[in-house]
Amino acid sequence: MTTLSPHQAGHMGQPGRRAAPKPPPTYGMAAEFDSPAAIMHAAEAVRDAGYRWWDCHTPFPVHGLDKAMGMHATILPWIVFGGGLTGGLTGLALQWFTNSTGFDFWLLVPVRGYEFLISGKPAFSFPAFIPVIFELTILLSALTAVFGMILLNGLPRWYHPLFKSRRFLRASDDRFFVVIEACDPKYSPAKTRQLLESLHPLSIEELEA
Amino acid sequence: MTTLPASLIEIDNTSEDPTRRAPLVLGHERFGTVTAKVCGVAESPRPPLAWYVCFGISVAVLAMLGVCVLYLFITGVGVWGLMNPVMWAFDITNFVFWVGIGHAGTLISAILFLFRQKWRTGINRFAEAMTIFAVICAGLFPGIHIGRVWLAYWLFPIPNQMEMWPQFRSPLLWDVFAVGTYFTVSLLFWYVGMIPDLASLRDRAKTKLAAIGYGLFAIGWRGSNRHWHRYERAYLLLAALSTPLVLSVHSVVSFDFAVSQLPGWHTTIFPPYFVAGAIFSGFAMVMTLAVPARQLWGLKDLITLRHLENMNKIILVTGSMVGYAYGMEFFIAWYSGAMYEKFAFINRAFGQYAWAYWIMVSCNVITPQLFWFRKCRTSIALMFILSLVVNVGMWFERFVIIVTSLAQDFLPSSWGYFTPTWVDVCTLIGSFGLFMTLFLLFCRYLPMIAMAEIKAIMPAANPHGGAHRAPEAHAVGRAHA
Repeated sequence: MTTLSPHQAGHMGQPGRRAAPKPPPTYGMAAEFDSPAAIMHAAEAVRDAGYRWWDCHTPFPVHGLDKAMGMHATILPWIVFGGGLTGGLTGLALQWFTNSTGFDFWLLVPVRGYEFLISGKPAFSFPAFIPVIFELTILLSALTAVFGMILLNGLPRWYHPLFKSRRFLRASDDRFFVVIEACDPKYSPAKTRQLLESLHPLSIEELEA
Repeated sequence: MTTLPASLIEIDNTSEDPTRRAPLVLGHERFGTVTAKVCGVAESPRPPLAWYVCFGISVAVLAMLGVCVLYLFITGVGVWGLMNPVMWAFDITNFVFWVGIGHAGTLISAILFLFRQKWRTGINRFAEAMTIFAVICAGLFPGIHIGRVWLAYWLFPIPNQMEMWPQFRSPLLWDVFAVGTYFTVSLLFWYVGMIPDLASLRDRAKTKLAAIGYGLFAIGWRGSNRHWHRYERAYLLLAALSTPLVLSVHSVVSFDFAVSQLPGWHTTIFPPYFVAGAIFSGFAMVMTLAVPARQLWGLKDLITLRHLENMNKIILVTGSMVGYAYGMEFFIAWYSGAMYEKFAFINRAFGQYAWAYWIMVSCNVITPQLFWFRKCRTSIALMFILSLVVNVGMWFERFVIIVTSLAQDFLPSSWGYFTPTWVDVCTLIGSFGLFMTLFLLFCRYLPMIAMAEIKAIMPAANPHGGAHRAPEAHAVGRAHA
């Protein structure tokens, strides 16, 4: 299996191999580390080398790694704010329409407001509407937070080139990986390997796309 | 499974040395052993014999619930002991009881997270699972007590042929939204927390079925730090949203009673009193489940004595808050000068339901006071028994509030005495079957402990630990700074 053993010194500039079937296109190069301190150091080095299309893969969030990778804060909280606002306004509109108006229109089915008097309260009894407004605000915010996070992360994605690597299985256990993608403008099989080797990883693997 | 030296497991991490933090994970120096241990539970081809026994009993009890519910649907709510004037009894008692149980899970996962209480990581996953299963049990009761179950959709604002809408000024409708939101958000919180651990199980899967099953729900998680960044932000937001939510849910449940005019229900202390009681009963249930689970699967190094002791402290605090509320209700009844109010409370303690009232007081207020003593807080047997006692006491609290207030209200001519039928009792017992069946399935197939979170609080997770693997003494000292 070509995926298991890293290609020696890349697949270019080796005349003897030219006759063999063309090597598969590369996804990138992964270096394996065994501690948060090591991945932190590696991330700083890769960031400083000017790479842009790269990532760290860790079994748990390593604190400070965001900064070491030079990442920007996510816009997720703003999206969630929008979700919460929508939920609150929906709750208000729903209760106002259903209990405080006599509107009548068609929306696939006939929809009519049901304004009725109960225990002498006004039709638009705002204090009594607060609990439902609150619950819908929370509901929509939470749904936005979860699905926003999943979609911004490009998930669900059940196939990924990384999953072909046997070593990478331990990224969810106790190993820490730096993966530099081949699409990065600075990527070169030799130079990237050299950079990663200087970080003393446990292994370096070229990943099949 | 990894074997650990007994000396490490037996470390007493309950004593407080102010110069350094007590370790929260005993014996594990490396991340891999945590994964192996937690995944080992789900991966082992055969669970312990005790699991089979418990599961068999739970499924049988669940079947009994099915029979009771079917009988109820076919015959009508007359099969219960409901009568005039006690038209709410076991059904609503069970509902409030089960919703309350759920609150501990959310408290552990959300509120303790916001307060950076790192000990929560050992127990949060199965406390959250407990929340979800408890809310499922709770949701059952309003669902079946409405009489004509096929009209349950009247609860929701759905355009219908009658061109009528629900009455949004009623606390009963607030309840639909509060409990519905609570269930959805708890489920999301539980699932989001589990994604990285499902990925661990997927990556270790030995069979095709396990790889596909866990893989499907792991949605392709690959531990990318760019993903972790958004994940942690989403998790923080969920915690921040769940905190007011959990406080609101039992407040809204208490409005079902407090907004009415009935003496014994119509009090302003209800929302905080119900929330404290909910957390109290929920922690007792976490304890009831945690003590056997850690024993059965050998998780004593992850759910340590310190975790249990901390929970006992919370039980003591919330139990005392509940005791204060009982006392304050009496004070207000006296201070109000309202005749009916005074009667309701004297009648509660010394009337026809005095037996239930004193069961409640002795289980909820008196026995938890044992936890003032460190010996009691760290005794496994005692804390298990006390947790059962509190569960019983908290069920009786809801029974006392609901039934005594209804049975003897303003008009002596319409007073009555509620006696449950066998269907009432079997439905209550049956709901435990539903709860335990779901919980045992969870223990068997899903990661019972939040591995990713446990690893993140281990000494070795500190990226500034210096060397690749910090020496133990050094690492423990600065573990949770």
